[in-house]
Amino acid sequence: MDNCLAPTRGTAMAPIEGAPGSLKASNEYKDKLMTMDGAEVLAGTVTRDETAILDAWLAGLRAGASLQSGRIREAELQTQAKSVLAQFKDALAEGGPDADGEAYASLRETLAEISRSRAIQGFTPTDTANFVFALKEPIFEALRRAIGSDTPALAAGIVAAGKVLDQLGLHTTEVFLASREEVIGRQGQEIAELSTPVVRLWDGILALPLIGTLDSARTGVVMENLLQAIVDEEAEIAIIDITGVPTVDTLVAQHLLKTVAAARLMGADCIVSGIRPQIAQTMVHLGVELNVVSKATLADAFAVALKQTGRRVVRQQAVPAVERR
Amino acid sequence: MDRIPILKLGGALIVTIQVDMHDRLALALEEDLTAMIARTGARGVLIEISALEIVDSFIGRMLVSIAAVSRMLDAETVVAGMRPAVAITLVELGLELTGIKTALNVERGMTLIQARLSEDHDRGSDLEGLED
Repeated sequence: MDNCLAPTRGTAMAPIEGAPGSLKASNEYKDKLMTMDGAEVLAGTVTRDETAILDAWLAGLRAGASLQSGRIREAELQTQAKSVLAQFKDALAEGGPDADGEAYASLRETLAEISRSRAIQGFTPTDTANFVFALKEPIFEALRRAIGSDTPALAAGIVAAGKVLDQLGLHTTEVFLASREEVIGRQGQEIAELSTPVVRLWDGILALPLIGTLDSARTGVVMENLLQAIVDEEAEIAIIDITGVPTVDTLVAQHLLKTVAAARLMGADCIVSGIRPQIAQTMVHLGVELNVVSKATLADAFAVALKQTGRRVVRQQAVPAVERR
Repeated sequence: MDRIPILKLGGALIVTIQVDMHDRLALALEEDLTAMIARTGARGVLIEISALEIVDSFIGRMLVSIAAVSRMLDAETVVAGMRPAVAITLVELGLELTGIKTALNVERGMTLIQARLSEDHDRGSDLEGLED
């Protein structure tokens, strides 16, 4: 594959030597277009000019925003660029300009790895894609150096290079976005899990401190967690604390009531606590009614729960504050 | 199985549903239970459904109507041992079984019924006291 450059360039000289208007030259030109493969030109150029391309690429990357943001060290960038270019060279020689092909599998994997690390390091999609797109200019330059003034060959080479680099750039962006989405999805799941804990306050008394807005999906999770905890702990009373719920509209109230009803069906009583004054006002203005036992604070609700389960909190003896430490 | 057995324990009737309820079975249960309450003068009915995995709106409505009929015959219905999934299904179906007492397990259910029985007993002795 490496020697393919020579014959291509040989024939490429033909139309310039011959008279452009003549039939023979025109035919030769067409023949050459048929045989000339931009990919071969490209592969040959990249192979021959690898060092120069790498240097120019690194210079471009240095000038770009990636390094200046300080999120990545120059040595790391160099290693990445070097391995990408080496794999790009091999893939070009093996599989031509089709970046979706088999030959590009390892290059795509390397680029995906780089994109993923960029996504985690907090780069923008533009920065990430520019890593590949910055390779365009050095390659175009190299093609120009190699082919000279043979415009059709140069154009074919540039088209091939543009096509394959665009594909690779898009690939990095796609992987970048996918890994960002993965991060977001994981965070969403963590938030959902974090915000629906069921706490055991006492034997048979559970508390469910709700934080964040209640939508249908979260209500489902909350309900399942609570009911399972009621079974596991053999709870008699569940306190649903909504101090962390920013707003209660009709929908949220409906979700709350559903949870309460489900807990009741399991044989557990529910107390709703932590309704803030403004929320209580809004609810009354909206005409939302919670037909359940409700208390202002979790402490009040806990006191009621203890009373209902036949318990009493008694202070044994007043201990001076100094001795308590 | 075309009948669900009903056990009498003191002043209470105990039903444990251990098969999937189909509609005919539910209707038969309602009939048997009503007859049994009338015959024995039971004051409490405990329906244990911890083995019930699937409910539909009909079964939910059956539970409500059994409770209503029992109440009419002066017996209190307690549903015990409902599974979380069943509870969620019933709530989603809009059947909140108002008027039925619920308990986590048979033990707690029996405590509820015992409380009712002893209450009746106390009231009964009060009346006896009045007669004296």
